[in-house]
Amino acid sequence: MVSGKRIFSDFKVFSRGYLRNVFGLFFGLIFPVILILIFGAIFSGNASGTINVYAQNQDTGYATQNLGNTFLETINETSTVRAITVDPTENFTQYLADNSASDGIIIPENFTISYGTGQPVNVTVYGNPTASTSGIISGTVGGIANYMNLHYFQQKYNDTTPAIIGITSTTVNTSQTKYVDFLIPGLIGFSILVNPMFSLVNISSEYKKNKLFKQLSLTPLTKMEWLTSKVMFYILLAAASFLLMVGVGILAFGAHVTLTLWLVPFLIIGPMLFASLGMLVGTVTKNPETAGIIGNIVTFPMMFLAGTFFPLSIMPDYLQSVAHVLPLFYIIEGLNNVMVYGNISGAIIDLAVIAVITAVIFALAVKLFKWRED
Amino acid sequence: MFPIEVSSLKKCYGNLNAVDGISFSVNNGEVFGLLGPNGAGKTTTIEILEGLREKDGGDAKVLGLDPWKNGYTLHKKIGVIPQEFTFFDKTTPREAIIYYSDLFKVKVDPDEILKEVLLEDSAKRNFDTLSGGQKQKTGLALSLVNTPELLFLDEPTTGLDPNARRAIWDVIRGLKNKGKTIILTTHYLDEAQQLCDRVAIMNHGKIVAMGTSEEIIKEHGSGERLEIHGSEKLAEYIRANTELQVDYNKARGEIIIPLEQKIDALAALAAAEQSGMDWGHIQTLQDSLDDVFVKLVNAKVNEQGEIIDDAQAKPKANDKRRR
Repeated sequence: MVSGKRIFSDFKVFSRGYLRNVFGLFFGLIFPVILILIFGAIFSGNASGTINVYAQNQDTGYATQNLGNTFLETINETSTVRAITVDPTENFTQYLADNSASDGIIIPENFTISYGTGQPVNVTVYGNPTASTSGIISGTVGGIANYMNLHYFQQKYNDTTPAIIGITSTTVNTSQTKYVDFLIPGLIGFSILVNPMFSLVNISSEYKKNKLFKQLSLTPLTKMEWLTSKVMFYILLAAASFLLMVGVGILAFGAHVTLTLWLVPFLIIGPMLFASLGMLVGTVTKNPETAGIIGNIVTFPMMFLAGTFFPLSIMPDYLQSVAHVLPLFYIIEGLNNVMVYGNISGAIIDLAVIAVITAVIFALAVKLFKWRED
Repeated sequence: MFPIEVSSLKKCYGNLNAVDGISFSVNNGEVFGLLGPNGAGKTTTIEILEGLREKDGGDAKVLGLDPWKNGYTLHKKIGVIPQEFTFFDKTTPREAIIYYSDLFKVKVDPDEILKEVLLEDSAKRNFDTLSGGQKQKTGLALSLVNTPELLFLDEPTTGLDPNARRAIWDVIRGLKNKGKTIILTTHYLDEAQQLCDRVAIMNHGKIVAMGTSEEIIKEHGSGERLEIHGSEKLAEYIRANTELQVDYNKARGEIIIPLEQKIDALAALAAAEQSGMDWGHIQTLQDSLDDVFVKLVNAKVNEQGEIIDDAQAKPKANDKRRR
């Protein structure tokens, strides 16, 4: 007979022990918040998205016209690249080196005159082929050059046909989705994974080693009651961690999240899944050292590949397929579906997948986990 | 009905007969000791009786129950301290007692139990800050929560300093005086002599002697002997002038005379006096439980309960001399 009193009593002793352990508290609650602050700050600041580039305009112009200046102003009108003007008297390559920069633009001396007379002229773009910023800069410069070429010929042949293809840029959901909006569900998933998983791997192998399970088996507490109290604890911890992260995300970065009751099943099944998985790893391994290694092998791919820190879409295809076999992927995808896209039918599918995985792993953990030896 | 009845009990681990057909019973209100070196089968035996391991053969009844099949019922009636007792790091002895009383669904006064095991001073310290002795006392306290009549103590003082050991002994004596039946395992002979009404000496999974210390010494000891400190010449003189068996230990310079009757000592001493040779201090000795244990187990045991093999010790001594 399962006894609520025994579960509650075990829950009380366990949570008190947890709260008395400073490290546990730090990793359980504070660490994910720190991650939100760090990643949020890195990717959500005002400067993000614009790339600074040094530009030297050697163009002497013609009469009052200086197309070199117009060129740089056009660059600054884009939202991606910003030109920082360097005095034409400077030695440009030396200037780049002194400023530890690899990206630069030089507009040649006879730029305006060449354009006016139809003589070919080159804008020089310095760049580092391994840096993604260089690609963006040469793309932008190339775009402006093409536009000016088109304009030149339109004027020359008195052609008034407007450009056929243009670009309108916008983001999903029109209410601007920011990186932090994806980061919060990801890190909630991270916290749902890491807390119960590492803790149960450690507890179940240590208790086995120092014979605490044997000792508990001498009391009326059953292993089912014991595991239930642990799952209860990690569900509450996940809820606390959730509130803290959403709070920090909204207050610090003005994150947009939709809070509905559809989040509750994820916050319940998630910790249950990873508590059972941790238990299973601790049970099937011989000693705490092996358990730690296997635990890491199981946990780390999920930590980075399931869409925790970065959206899956930026990963290559083969890594995206790997993500689809990781249970955490469905939790994070589900949380994103609820919190960011409001796609409840998608979330229900994710929930169904996790429920099946959880049922299997929970059953296995309870079956293989032994109180006493034979 | 005996609280514990064991007959022809067997347990194998692969080819090793850890417990090899042992039989014994423990009386009501008795402190019964399983004594032996590490690997003798003590812990396996006691764990089978506690219902923590399944037996391979024979029979074991504890409070009339099969410990493996009726473990859940049995555990509500017995108290156990496993070897090297540990508990949750960040829990105090007082909280641990309340936790156990919730699990057993019994009402207890934690302070009374703490007092009984002499642990009042450390009641509110986290388990990981307690000394070895205090940890063992916490184990004792927890084993008392369900007010059991029968207690299992597996090596209750192993690894403790002498003061802590004596403190645990005091607690165990207190429990005995309250009429509890106790079975304990130990490799400390003094512990067995101090606490146990009866002991069973185990070696290689078998019981090699059983009874009170006196009974075991009487049955397996070599009786009384006289030792005279003197020369080998004196030993020869006594041998020639009496009808006594005279042995000589060269290393210690001791003349050893087994006494069939006490009066033999007089004849030996008279001969020594007659010889006119020098002789020093004299004593009569009897095998202790220690001597009998060494004889029965065929080896000495160190502090940790491990067998010290004399055959291995000798070549090492030679090595030293050669260097």
